[in-house]
Amino acid sequence: MSAKKVTIDANEATAYIAHHLSEVVAIYPITPASPMGEWADEWTMGGKKNVWGTVPEVVELQSEGGAAGTMHGALQTGALTTTFTASQGLLLMMPNLYKIAGELTPAVVHVAARTVATHALSIFGDHSDAMAMRMTGMALLSSNSVQEAMDMAMIAHAATLESRIPFIHFFDGFRTSHEVQKIDQLSPEIMKKMIDEDWIINHRNRALTPDKPVLRGTAQNPDVFFQARETVNSYYNACPEIVQKTMDRFNELTGRSYKLFEYHGPEDAERVIILMGSGAETAHETVDKLNEKGEKVGIVKVRLYRPFSMEHLIESLPETLQGIAVLDRTKEPGSAGEPLYNDVLAALQENRAEEWKTFKKELKIVNGRYGLSSKEFTPPMIKRIFDELKEEKPKNHFTIGIHDDVTHTSLDYDADDWESDDDLFEGLFYGLGADGTVSANKNSIKIIGDNTDFNAQGYFVYDSKKSGATTVSHLRFGPKPIRSAYLIDKADFIACHQSQFLNRFDMLKHAKPGAIFLLNAPYEPDEVWDQVPQKVQQQIIDKNIRFYSIDAYKVARENGMGTRINTVMQTCFFAISEILPKEKAILMIKNAIKKAYGSKGENILQSNYAAVDNSVENLFEVEIPSKADSALEMRPPVPDEAPEYVQKVIAEIIAGNGDALPVSAFEADGTFPTGTTKWEKRNIAQEIPVLEPDICIQCGKCMMVCPHAVIRMKAFEGELLEAAPETFKYMDARGREWPENTKVSIQVSPEDCTGCELCVEVCPVKDRKQVGRKALNMEAIDPLLEQEIENWEFFLTIPEYDRSQIKAETVKGSQFLEPLFEFSGACAGCGETPYIKVITQLYGDRMVIANATGCSSIYGGNLPSTPYTTNKHGLGPAWSNSLFEDNAEFGLGFRLTIDKHEEQARELLKQMNGSVENGLRDEILSADQTTEPGIFEQRERIGKLKKLLEKSDSKDAKMLNSLADYLVRKSVWIFGGDGWAYDIGYGGLDHVLASGRDVNILVMDTEVYSNTGGQCSKATPLGAVAKFAAAGKRIGKKDLGLMSVSGGGAYVARVAMGANDMQMMKAIVEAERYPGPSIIIAYSHCIAHGYDMKYGLQQQKLAVDSGYWPLFRFDPMKIEEGENPFQLDSKAPKIPLKEFAYNEMRYLMLTKSQPKVAKELITQAQKDVIEQWRVYEQMVKVYEPEKEKNE
Amino acid sequence: MNFETEYLGLSLKNPLVASASPLSSNVDTVKKLEDAGVSAVVMYSLFEEQITAENKALDHYLSTSGESYAEATSYFPKPTEYHNLHAEEYLEQIKTLKDAVDIPVIASINGISKGGWTSYAKKMEEAGADAIELNVYYIAGDPQITSAEVEQRYIDDLQAVKGSVEIPVSVKLGPYFSSFGNMAVRLQEAGADGLVLFNRFYQPDFNLEDLEVETSLELSSSFEKRLPLRWIAMLRPHLSCSLAATTGIHTAHDVIKMTLAGADVAMMASVLLLKGPGVLVPILNEMKLWMEEKEYISIEEMKGAMSSASVADPSAFERANYIKVLQGFSLNDFK
Repeated sequence: MSAKKVTIDANEATAYIAHHLSEVVAIYPITPASPMGEWADEWTMGGKKNVWGTVPEVVELQSEGGAAGTMHGALQTGALTTTFTASQGLLLMMPNLYKIAGELTPAVVHVAARTVATHALSIFGDHSDAMAMRMTGMALLSSNSVQEAMDMAMIAHAATLESRIPFIHFFDGFRTSHEVQKIDQLSPEIMKKMIDEDWIINHRNRALTPDKPVLRGTAQNPDVFFQARETVNSYYNACPEIVQKTMDRFNELTGRSYKLFEYHGPEDAERVIILMGSGAETAHETVDKLNEKGEKVGIVKVRLYRPFSMEHLIESLPETLQGIAVLDRTKEPGSAGEPLYNDVLAALQENRAEEWKTFKKELKIVNGRYGLSSKEFTPPMIKRIFDELKEEKPKNHFTIGIHDDVTHTSLDYDADDWESDDDLFEGLFYGLGADGTVSANKNSIKIIGDNTDFNAQGYFVYDSKKSGATTVSHLRFGPKPIRSAYLIDKADFIACHQSQFLNRFDMLKHAKPGAIFLLNAPYEPDEVWDQVPQKVQQQIIDKNIRFYSIDAYKVARENGMGTRINTVMQTCFFAISEILPKEKAILMIKNAIKKAYGSKGENILQSNYAAVDNSVENLFEVEIPSKADSALEMRPPVPDEAPEYVQKVIAEIIAGNGDALPVSAFEADGTFPTGTTKWEKRNIAQEIPVLEPDICIQCGKCMMVCPHAVIRMKAFEGELLEAAPETFKYMDARGREWPENTKVSIQVSPEDCTGCELCVEVCPVKDRKQVGRKALNMEAIDPLLEQEIENWEFFLTIPEYDRSQIKAETVKGSQFLEPLFEFSGACAGCGETPYIKVITQLYGDRMVIANATGCSSIYGGNLPSTPYTTNKHGLGPAWSNSLFEDNAEFGLGFRLTIDKHEEQARELLKQMNGSVENGLRDEILSADQTTEPGIFEQRERIGKLKKLLEKSDSKDAKMLNSLADYLVRKSVWIFGGDGWAYDIGYGGLDHVLASGRDVNILVMDTEVYSNTGGQCSKATPLGAVAKFAAAGKRIGKKDLGLMSVSGGGAYVARVAMGANDMQMMKAIVEAERYPGPSIIIAYSHCIAHGYDMKYGLQQQKLAVDSGYWPLFRFDPMKIEEGENPFQLDSKAPKIPLKEFAYNEMRYLMLTKSQPKVAKELITQAQKDVIEQWRVYEQMVKVYEPEKEKNE
Repeated sequence: MNFETEYLGLSLKNPLVASASPLSSNVDTVKKLEDAGVSAVVMYSLFEEQITAENKALDHYLSTSGESYAEATSYFPKPTEYHNLHAEEYLEQIKTLKDAVDIPVIASINGISKGGWTSYAKKMEEAGADAIELNVYYIAGDPQITSAEVEQRYIDDLQAVKGSVEIPVSVKLGPYFSSFGNMAVRLQEAGADGLVLFNRFYQPDFNLEDLEVETSLELSSSFEKRLPLRWIAMLRPHLSCSLAATTGIHTAHDVIKMTLAGADVAMMASVLLLKGPGVLVPILNEMKLWMEEKEYISIEEMKGAMSSASVADPSAFERANYIKVLQGFSLNDFK
């Protein structure tokens, strides 16, 4: 019977096997492995059984360390157990993996291999995580493709049970984990045949049980540990043969043959590359072509890397061999060579003694690094390595794919020295995240994969911004197996789904001659050509490109599909690409639509059908004139006035040329300048807010809520207006605090706005002549863009108002302060960034930030451009991200340094006799820095001090000079989300809260792991659906606020900007002022809640009004002052919970997937809210000062 | 005394029907209504928007935020099943009511646009509804739409529903047509088994504090019955389908008047919401007393006794009467 074909990615393929062959699955989200856990959770929630007829138990833990602990426990008690992870997650599992292996416990850890963070975090793929596991005793089995991920997952689950060696099964993160391919699906029958049930029984017989009690996990002494450790040797010795036997059995059942070290190439090859992972697929494709041209080259695909069978490796190599390049997708700085290379060297050396094989000639063997963090690894690079092996003395310890102009490790190569097969179709699709391009392409792959004999491959590249993100889909179809594990460089078909990309990206540089170009643009057939930049026109003419266009937004709109152009563009693709006959393709699209939308309702189905039909009618071919005469030019990535570093480095990354930047472009320690987002003008808003100065009351709310700091307010002297552009808007400053002739401007940066509308929604002013209008209204950007750019540029020239004269602690006052966090890549309408922004307005010039990994570290620190910036004095937040789990401790470290350095500076200053005048010294030592003017004055004094110290050549003066800045108060902030604070980092957070040290913790509580796609955390509320809680969260949200209060020594506040911004301001100011640890838990609306983010603040208010999110502040200092430290800042629940919850898809979707459960959970959640409120009221009473109680 | 009447082919024990209101969302209340004497119950409406908007919103939020960022290609688990909460709850409620009471249960579906929502009529039938009331609430705010197009929509919707079910279908609509009589006849010709006159539209109001439009519903008053009274009286001779009077029916006299005008049933909601199901008992008693006094022995005998075909001066329902009324006024009337 032929196998069922499925078109899926490696995460799904792997999870499919793991779920079928496990009893317990312990999970925790981490990119790019999260989807494996999501699949397992969804399948279990859907009642899917494993091959032995029971539904596996899937449980989410608080960290990968927790998942490993649980796995260890489940294994020790006899369950078939698995987990999924990557990168730091795997590292967190490491201690347990030593234990699990040391105890010979069969288990499989599936890893979507990802870069381990070093000088920077990277979510992309390499083998640094898997390689770090070499010492654990885990077997390491590598998959090179999506098919192999399914097959090796199977082989790992079988081999571990037979061998008792636990396995790490790994494949390349993103390149394989997220690549969609048409593959053969293994049937449960085959899975069952692969596993001898006696192995399972043996595993269970070894389980810890009081029915047959034994003891494991002893502590041993020098007398016995060593020999006891050597007991496992026979198992490791047997393991490679067991794996090969398993592979052979698998071959008998499926016809797919695998070897531990699999040689591919001619018998008489002279040069061989040894490698593992997806690069081996590319190398396979490359050697086939090179050999067709008469070369004699081969590759060895390493599948079982640990236990490393030297004999098997040597066996796999042809005797005719002369040169070997061992390629490692990892870096071990300071080593003799990368790990695989060292192993191969050892094998060749031992071969001399053991004489497994005699090579006819002396071998040259070199080592190279490639593909770190998913760096492209392509046929021209492989060809270049083979060429290098022809050299008499080939370069060793080389790198390929980069330009190393510092230590000159890199091999140069000709990127164009390659042509893909004629019968392979390659297509590139440029879209926006929100327009459905990727989903449409995933759908197209399924259509072609499921309905034709073609092989199909899809890979999707996303940019690092969460708003207005660009996506590029790489699709290949063809009759032969597709092994190209790299991006498409030359395409037969290029689609531009957004006309604004025309002047931003050089798309047609990727067009093959005679390619098809499809453009979505709002132009009539006779207008399109003129709207294309001159460079693009020339490319179309030179490459003889066939050019088609459609107004997809119009078609989508007219068919009730809003801004989702996916169906329209997909239809156009099929209509002109000729991959399938047009009629057949359209029928298939409609079938696919029925499959995808059938259950969502007839109306959705009908709109999609209509869109398909109307797309064909509206598509037209553009006539190509002979001359490129457009007046339009491509836009530079950053403006000409950007600083040199931005021009040379950041701009290149923005333009998509980051691959070409040499090693010398980067600091060796991962340091980057701040304040670079302002140079990356993304122009993603369709509409921007427009001010009505006549009715604006200057309340500051629009500025406060703006997630991207694009709407700003400044007060200034009226004289400055002389230089203002004609359309520049301003008002008389409202309020008695301003000197005469003070004007106020509220200005938007049009090119940085995301169009989220939060500012308009929060605006409290209605135009009394037209009550639907507010003091801010959204208007189409096109007619306003030029003038508002000019106005913004003028606005930037207006000096910042004297901070010491502003009531910074009020909502309005704070918004006259310069934000030092701007234009981040956060989602449009983000609920986290407004909190960060206001904190930088208050303390940015003196703050240092420890940022937990997550959304805030991505929009805070992901290249190309970063949002933390400086004021005109060059002062601003210093920022760093350590890890996900250690952020509180990381921030505490900042505080310890600052306190120690301040203390040292004070000690040194006290000793300064003579060189520093006594008056200045005493003023510095006794300065009051609790206010803005106090800090300003201290900065002035320190400036003087440093000048004096520079004149002195004493050692102490030099030391003091290096520490003097610590005499100005520094504010330490610890930022992170709920995944960090409630789960993985809670232990550290708890400890730091008990440390007594002056740190300020901001928990941006989105109630899910937002950055990895909305997985459940302990902050997720009862009754809400999240990933890993597909059937609704069954347990209430952990009350981190009250838990923090219970320690007694920390300032604690729970805030929601949308419900009470004044309370939020008080909390921030009090937290910062509090001399010990402070924690602010801030309600942060999030796209993972499932509603239009412009209503974020309304939802915050409803959350508070329903009693779900009570606002409070707990200030221990008030105890000493005889006041009640526990201040409840919101009122008793006044609306039913449903009125808040059922505006959000996270709650509502449960009513659609499991209506009965939804009803039960919302009823329970409502009860909990009432009970919670009772507890909070009690808390106020508990903390009432004695005298009040007695009264 | 025979109170029996026939409506939409259903034999009812009396002409008092509970019209579409939130009362029918509670099974105990419906039981109380039955005990108090109501002869049939029209359920609250299932709105087109509840069917379609929910689907659209789900599709939108499940798809739009995804596939734009490498670490989060989606934000929600994929549900394996999609239930339409409102629709399914509604169908469930039909079943519950049918199990709980013996009186007929008339389901109500409210919509206007073309689309899949009319398919829910079939599901209502399958759930056990005895009849369907198609409630068409449409404000033709778009000046480009002609009255002919508006009228055609009503006909199209009716035909879509009629085409999918076997049970009787009535149409509940408002009076605002250039020629309501013609509209009524056309609906009958298009297959309506009955007309429910009239729908009370939700009328907006202004909140002067917040300067916002409010859409609260005020309950009807007895006075409002005059509009349906007139039209039922005028149309009864021209229509063979059932007629239900609704809006402003609060008292026994209101019911009697409607019956005399030609209504087969009188539907009540506001008075039941205001005074509870218990109000039905005195209404029935009073009707009985009145009928005894006037020597009517059955409802059937009363039906249409004062329709335009039966009264001595049919102009009283038309313009002539209007002039008479106005001229009858003098300034003294205002003192």
